[in-house]
Amino acid sequence: MVSKAASETLAEAGPPPAAADGKYLDSNVSGAAKILVVGPLGVGKTTLIGTVSEIEPLSTEASMTRAGARVDPYAGDSGKKTTTVALDFGRLTIDGDLVLYLFGTPGQQRFLPAWRDLAKGALGALALVDSRDLAASFDALDNLEDLDLPFAVAVNVFPSGPRYDADDIRTALDLLPGTPLVTCDARDRASSIRALIALVRHLIHVATEPS
Amino acid sequence: MAERPEVPRASAIRPYVITRGRTESEGEPLSWESLVMTAEAAFPASLQPEHLAILKHCEGLISVAEVAAHLGQPPSVAQVLLSDLLRWGLIVTRPPIPPAERADVTMLRKVLHGLESCL
Repeated sequence: MVSKAASETLAEAGPPPAAADGKYLDSNVSGAAKILVVGPLGVGKTTLIGTVSEIEPLSTEASMTRAGARVDPYAGDSGKKTTTVALDFGRLTIDGDLVLYLFGTPGQQRFLPAWRDLAKGALGALALVDSRDLAASFDALDNLEDLDLPFAVAVNVFPSGPRYDADDIRTALDLLPGTPLVTCDARDRASSIRALIALVRHLIHVATEPS
Repeated sequence: MAERPEVPRASAIRPYVITRGRTESEGEPLSWESLVMTAEAAFPASLQPEHLAILKHCEGLISVAEVAAHLGQPPSVAQVLLSDLLRWGLIVTRPPIPPAERADVTMLRKVLHGLESCL
């Protein structure tokens, strides 16, 4: 790996190199695809997106109708109460004419309505799992299964985290035998790209296997 | 892994004031990854400032989600305003890969190949 020392003297750095004149896509780009990066808060979604993205990750607030209306006595009158969820995303131009968007999506069950919109048309999802807290990812995996969105699981390996055996993780997360399980370091570009490759290989497999 | 600085909000106006209460676009809504760009048309002088502001972020090819982020508004607001501009012929769009083509293996292979060439 090339040293990142240069990028660490960041105080006066201004916009990152890729974003300097990279706001707009190349005019050859003819289509866009998207992949969701899902997982609990702090699992490394934004880090992974930033590592892979050709632009500095952008943040936007999606508004959505509040899913918790049934537990909110004040929401019953109009049914129009909305709340917002912060979403980070980045992009990667592929082969010159296709752009891949990566949307970071918070895992909690209450954000499921925001997912429905985003999941529409998504190729699939990379579910990031924190090796120190597997249970925090249960909601995200439930949502993926509810939405019938094909996914791969990437364990973002934190230095302080325990090293589980892959079989133990599969059992803990109740993964289907065909669901890919990889480890990755979200701070490392090649490692993050490899996790996406594992996902896309799986998507090809799902698309080509007789159902 | 440094924390991102807070993105300043571009507007203190509540989002749906800008869209005049509209939360849904007329016609098929643009998806977050739809690509848009200004058309070769002259802008009418009567455009709302919000529409003009959005056009400034569409001078090149860019996604709906990026327009929303640059604008500091939720994508749902950008979707409504961009739909207006699309209907008036002031922007053009390149549609995303439609959901029906999710299982398009040719496209998936292209993504795979593209990712592999990033290594």
